[in-house]
Amino acid sequence: MAIDVVEPDRRDFLTLAAGTFVAVGGAISLWPFIDQMNIDAGAQSLASIEIDIAPVVVGQAITVMWRNKPVFIRHRTKEEIEKALAVDVKDLPDDIARNEGLPASALATDGNRTKPGHENWLIMVGICTHLGCIPKGQTLSDKRGDFDGWFCPCHGSHYDTAGRIRKGPAPRNLEVPIYEFITKTKIKIG
Amino acid sequence: MAAHESTCVPKSRFGKWMDVRLPIGRLVHDQLVDFPTPRNLNYLWTFGSILSFFLMLQILTGIVLAMHYQPSAADAFDSVVRIDRDVNFGWLLRPLHAVGASMFFLAVYIHIFRGLYYGSYKAPREILWIIGVLIFVAMMAAAFLGYSLPWGQMSFWAVTVITNLFSSLDDVIPGLGTTVVQWLWGGYSVTGVTLNRFFSLHYLLPFVIVGLVGLHIWALHVVGQNNPTGVDIKTKSDAVTFYPYATSKDAVGIFGFMILFLWFVFFLPDYLGHADNYIPADPLVTPPHIVPEWYFLPYYAILRAIPSKLFGVIAIFSSLGVLLFVPWLDTSLVRSTKYRPFYKWFFWLLVLSCLALGYLGSKPADGAYVIWARVFTAYYFAHFLIVLPLMGLIERPKRVPGSITEDVLGPEGTAGAAATGKKG
Ligand code: HEM
Ligand code: FES
Repeated sequence: MAIDVVEPDRRDFLTLAAGTFVAVGGAISLWPFIDQMNIDAGAQSLASIEIDIAPVVVGQAITVMWRNKPVFIRHRTKEEIEKALAVDVKDLPDDIARNEGLPASALATDGNRTKPGHENWLIMVGICTHLGCIPKGQTLSDKRGDFDGWFCPCHGSHYDTAGRIRKGPAPRNLEVPIYEFITKTKIKIG
Repeated sequence: MAAHESTCVPKSRFGKWMDVRLPIGRLVHDQLVDFPTPRNLNYLWTFGSILSFFLMLQILTGIVLAMHYQPSAADAFDSVVRIDRDVNFGWLLRPLHAVGASMFFLAVYIHIFRGLYYGSYKAPREILWIIGVLIFVAMMAAAFLGYSLPWGQMSFWAVTVITNLFSSLDDVIPGLGTTVVQWLWGGYSVTGVTLNRFFSLHYLLPFVIVGLVGLHIWALHVVGQNNPTGVDIKTKSDAVTFYPYATSKDAVGIFGFMILFLWFVFFLPDYLGHADNYIPADPLVTPPHIVPEWYFLPYYAILRAIPSKLFGVIAIFSSLGVLLFVPWLDTSLVRSTKYRPFYKWFFWLLVLSCLALGYLGSKPADGAYVIWARVFTAYYFAHFLIVLPLMGLIERPKRVPGSITEDVLGPEGTAGAAATGKKG
């Protein structure tokens, strides 16, 4: 009874190939079950809104909902702008602008957090970059923290008048979404 | 499955017929009637049964609550209020489930510290212990998902803060954290979509836990129960049968614990929860002081003790992960802390640290609270990573009794019991 050396080799190959197909096929067929949890088409299509900001007077702030997230729109006072300009970017815990409309490397200067010619308007997502609470500071009676911008009560993060993190556990500046001025008093977010 | 020989002798014709087809009767007899149980178990050993009781109770009450609950952002809050006020016996069923979850955790913490004190994780019980840790993690997930369901302010913001823990992955690979979090949410933020899937998973997880508990008990019945001396069962006189000895002691334990449990259910149904959860979820207003349920407070304190977001999250997960390695971190040759004069003090220091962290987790995260949280967090980790390995090497344990019988009856009793082979 001679031992056939070719047969086992071919069988080995087939076993290996079949095993690989099952593994890859199995992994691929898992994908629909995972992907169904991602943001659906309906939620993605609500991705932009238009807002009339004419009624917001200097020193006032409003909150609007965009993609189910609160967006802070503040009409900053002269002092608030000056305060934000006076800070050296090098001294900030996070020196990146975090402005979706600018390259990822843009520095967190006050100019890079706003739009040229519209520096009095600060528009950003009102979600603390620590663990997602809504910072206080939108209404006049709110505590605004040590830097007169916003204060997150959850774990104590302080943001300045350009929405930049100054103190506390939050790692990043408040995010500036993509937006544009359609007219002088109308903006489109998203 | 059994470590001992089967003594089941089916008597009826049906019993004999079944025994060669599906020997369920034999399984019950060998594992739940005749199973040898150490004769010296104290009441801390009734917590396994107490936990099984609560698991069944959570499933039973959960299934009936689900008949009235609506998992949508618009209706969830109102449907829970309706359970409280309108549904027949809803006033009872909802607190049974909500307080039941709290008591489930109280029992599991006692059960875990029991294991740590008596060295129940040491060989050959490593797998038993590890499955236990997995059950604990699954329970935490189940309770977190359940807490989201009433869709009050605390529900909503607990979901926001806890799911955002994963966004710290952005610090490892930019974008990864955001991807994971949006996948969990099914949106750009926490919405009704999130609530809906959390309900589905809240319904699922308890059944996963049932499966894990099955493995846990299987592993237990392969290696046998530990006992306060940490000495294995050696002779027949070291053990009693599971029925009626262990079952009756367990019944006493369950009834005792029920008094505590039902006292809360009937007289203080909302005491263990947070008043803010009776305010409907508002995605635009964060409550001034967010706290988790009491059983998560120590972990919350650990999270906030660490000033960096990523490392805070790593610390939380490590505080659970380190438990998996306890069987190998403990170098002592003696199981039971009863015979470890020095380690004993460190054990109680660990208990104190966990209680202190629980207290600190309920306080605002500033000033002295944070400093103390750091001290106790440091001890928590030092206990497992430094004290446990070192103590085993340097400590000289006290004399361990030769057998369980000797511990219970003294040396003379041992001779008598061994001669007659009688059971306790
Ligand atoms: C491991 C077992 C379980 C644990 C630890 C657990 C935990 C919880 C918790 C903490 C709550 C919030 C209670 C409140 O504040 O009102 C809750 C709610 C709820 N759970 Fe569970 N649960 C478990 C099993 C189940 C099962 C098997 C179901 C079956 C579907 C279920 C259905 C519900 C429902 C419908 C609610 C919302 C009503 C309410 O808030 O009382 N649970 N659960
Ligand atoms: S979520 Fe704002 S400080 Fe933690």
